[in-house]
Amino acid sequence: MGQVSVAPIEIERTESAEEARAVPEPDVPWVTLVHNDPVNLMSYVTYVFQAYFGYSKDKARQLMLDVHHKGRAVVSSGTREEMERDVQAMHGYGLWATLSQDRG
Amino acid sequence: MSGHPGMFEPIEGGGAAVALDEIEVSILRSLAVQLLELIGPGGPEPAEDADPLAALFADGPTEPPSDPALARLFPDAYGGPDGEDAGLDPDERKAYAAEFRRFTENDLRTRKREDALAVVHSLDALSPAADGRAVLELTGELPMRWLGALNDLRLTIAARLEITEDDESAQLYRLPDDDPRKPMVMAYLWLGGLQETLIETL
Repeated sequence: MGQVSVAPIEIERTESAEEARAVPEPDVPWVTLVHNDPVNLMSYVTYVFQAYFGYSKDKARQLMLDVHHKGRAVVSSGTREEMERDVQAMHGYGLWATLSQDRG
Repeated sequence: MSGHPGMFEPIEGGGAAVALDEIEVSILRSLAVQLLELIGPGGPEPAEDADPLAALFADGPTEPPSDPALARLFPDAYGGPDGEDAGLDPDERKAYAAEFRRFTENDLRTRKREDALAVVHSLDALSPAADGRAVLELTGELPMRWLGALNDLRLTIAARLEITEDDESAQLYRLPDDDPRKPMVMAYLWLGGLQETLIETL
């Protein structure tokens, strides 16, 4: 146990783990949808979009208004894994969010 | 600073404060405790000889809660309110939703429980004046914990009052005084004011 550097092992493990997972899903993008509800305050929804996604106040407010008037809005897009993370975060804030395959 | 009743105000240097009387403290505390009871421990209690590490990594449930308030706090991640299918066939959608719930619901329950507990603890730490009034000061992580708990409480009360459309909450504002839902509606509106003013301090 001369050298105590753990870093190379860590890197190697990461690479092999990724290789093992190389069963790609069809390359369809996913989106996170936030649905309208009569409870969440407009200011709160705007705040959440700013705080979590880092959106500008204007963009966050526009998305909030889309949710309010159209019943739902796409708030982010990416891989399924990323969208699950976003949906989980939205549920943490008490927003009604789902993810969906984006088929245009 | 004395603070306006029912309204959070920013504290110099960060944080938020609100003046509460004895009754308000007791209502808030009671609601937070009810929320804790509703959220529950998150899954069945582990056996006495269970490995604590195993409990830490225990899977969550796969089915949505049957209670409407819990179903709103812990919604399905796949498939929307109007029968949207997430772009998946029904079996696939159900399997994805179950898998997501199994890996996330316990964490979500823990977070909501901790938020509600933080509310209880900060109310218990108040030192009221002789007339029962106290100023609650939230700093550090507490404003966010309160924000989460106030939102969960409003979602829960709205589910109990069966508020499902925007205009239904407007109708509730005009309930006659003898309506049995009146006290819950008053609490709902009051919590909304607290939440709204708390957001403004952030």
